[in-house]
Amino acid sequence: MKIAIASGKGGTGKTTLATNLASYLSEEKQIILADLDVEEPNSGLFIRAEKIFQEDRYKMIPGWVENDCTYCGICQEVCNFNAIINLGTHILVYPELCHSCYACSELCPTAALPMQKQKMGVLKHYKKGNIDFVESRLDIGQEQAVPRIAQTLDYINSISDNKEIILLDSPPGTSCPVIEATKDADKVILVTEPTPFGLHDLGLAVETMQKMNKDFTVVLNRFGVGNADVEDYCKKNNIRIIAMIPDSRQVAELYSRGELVYDKVDSFKQSLDSIKHYILGK
Amino acid sequence: MKIAFTAKGSKWNSKIDPRFGRTEYLLVYDTESEEFKSYNNSDIENETHGAGPKTAKLIFDIGADVLITGNGPGENAAIALEKAGVEIFTGAENMKIKEALEAFDNKQLKIFKR
Amino acid sequence: MKEIVVISGKGGTGKTSLSASFAFLSGSEAIIADCDVDAADMHLLMSPDFAHNEDFYSGQMASIDNEVCTSCGLCLEKCRFDAIETDGERYQVKELDCEGCGYCERICPVGAISMKEQKAGQFYISGTRMKNTLVHARLRAGAENSGKLVAKVKKEAKRLAEQENKKYVIADGSPGIGCPVISSLSGADYVVIVTEPTVSGLHDLKRVYELVKKFDIKTSCIINKHDLNPEITNRIMDFIDSESVVHLCNIPYSNTFTDAITRGITVLENGDTEMIKVIKNAWETIKKSINDK
Repeated sequence: MKIAIASGKGGTGKTTLATNLASYLSEEKQIILADLDVEEPNSGLFIRAEKIFQEDRYKMIPGWVENDCTYCGICQEVCNFNAIINLGTHILVYPELCHSCYACSELCPTAALPMQKQKMGVLKHYKKGNIDFVESRLDIGQEQAVPRIAQTLDYINSISDNKEIILLDSPPGTSCPVIEATKDADKVILVTEPTPFGLHDLGLAVETMQKMNKDFTVVLNRFGVGNADVEDYCKKNNIRIIAMIPDSRQVAELYSRGELVYDKVDSFKQSLDSIKHYILGK
Repeated sequence: MKIAFTAKGSKWNSKIDPRFGRTEYLLVYDTESEEFKSYNNSDIENETHGAGPKTAKLIFDIGADVLITGNGPGENAAIALEKAGVEIFTGAENMKIKEALEAFDNKQLKIFKR
Repeated sequence: MKEIVVISGKGGTGKTSLSASFAFLSGSEAIIADCDVDAADMHLLMSPDFAHNEDFYSGQMASIDNEVCTSCGLCLEKCRFDAIETDGERYQVKELDCEGCGYCERICPVGAISMKEQKAGQFYISGTRMKNTLVHARLRAGAENSGKLVAKVKKEAKRLAEQENKKYVIADGSPGIGCPVISSLSGADYVVIVTEPTVSGLHDLKRVYELVKKFDIKTSCIINKHDLNPEITNRIMDFIDSESVVHLCNIPYSNTFTDAITRGITVLENGDTEMIKVIKNAWETIKKSINDK
């Protein structure tokens, strides 16, 4: 079973929830935790585990063969992303702008732009007890999160025997990377806060999940601050709130040091318990 | 020598546009013929990504030897400009074009290195 | 006119609350730009009137005209994004998968495919309760923030600032380290980086600073929730010191931020006198530094 943990904006406690939940559930179950926030993967700071596998990740970009090039400029013309420019004496390819559509390569009349592998990041697989932790990190300057997320999901499928609980720590926001990260999930948990910012960004996330026809629920973090508008919104729209995690400075301090929370804060553990019941369908 | 300026307007007394990739105009002064030309770059607004490389390409097509701008180009544009052999000077963000040219002549602008 | 951009590597650091505070302090002297279009929350603190509202288009998507399509299947074969599907007869584009590369449009032998601009969201210019103008936008669900949208928001803000002879443009910048934040920084006169003393906060600060460094812009830093982890706060201080980044202020961990957000006001209006003093001082330092140049 795949469960994505997402949120409309950053800083709502998504990673805290994903890492603690993974650790808590692993007391009984086999868990795969994947950090799909490929621009800023932070889950690894909390799951201190032993690395068992590492692999460079690639994407395909056109490689320029100077001797075959006639500088006709078709490559530049067909690229919708400004990823290739013709300087008359040079063809410049911008790997980070290239979307690997193959148009320039396949439409080049002299086949001077064969596609080739370009390193984009690194995938790492760690193991600790019952947890398999997978993170994929984009190299600095690389921008395209979506193909990296897709590759990471492929890797997870390849190591899964379909019996584990797979937790996907998704990137924040509501744009393409989130869609990619949540599209194969059986359930999506949206983490939010009881403030107008939390409500506004939850609204956008809900809109996205509805557009994708996802089965989703809400975890209300930092419960006790703010107001009841998020609860009212969920009630009105028939969205289930599966847990309300009390606001606590202690949680913030533990998070600041990169430590797990649930074994030290009882109220947090109780919230995880509610989420566990939801996930296991009890 | 052709000197290109990123500009907010098409005139000699227009202000420098501090941005490179999304500059509204490029003004070009030819020191030999003393000719002055403007290129409207405002279509760049429609580019979702990669504005830098596209404007760098225009600089190349114009055949400029020197670029005078504000903050300096981003990494992508800088690579293209370097390949095209364009010398880049920054720090003209609060000047008008003619002031920027004077500052350039008096060597008051910063040389931009990638 | 000077442009001040407030950014942060990660979410939840208080960037938007602080941007809105500076907007409050500058009052009618500034035009405000919300470039954090993914989570455009600044308007929630400013009571905007949404006076001007237009559709915003960004990015392209393929569209197949089934009247013209001969079902040859070439587009499906060539598309690298599995964005074309068929029931065996009719071909159509999967909206969420199309990258907008335009390859299919180019190779369709009968010209049945065209690229259409996608509606990405709404663009607004509002008067606010702070007696200033806010330029902001709202993305549609699933639409992508882009350098293009950020550039549009900033351009409009700057145009208004010049037209109305304002002293400042204050921009709530985009998160992360991608194209939108580059577009946020481009053309700015001053950057404020907001961070927090957590392991991820420090890590993200270093990453975003790598990017800022490439632009020739005066840079400063605010450490929010500084007392949450004094050890990491010290490490952040050492880091910004070694990079000659101006340290603007430390702000204590406090529910004042959340309380203010809940009341739809800035932290300056919430009665915490110590907090007000710290943020006002920071704003004075920014103004002084920016007008020095």
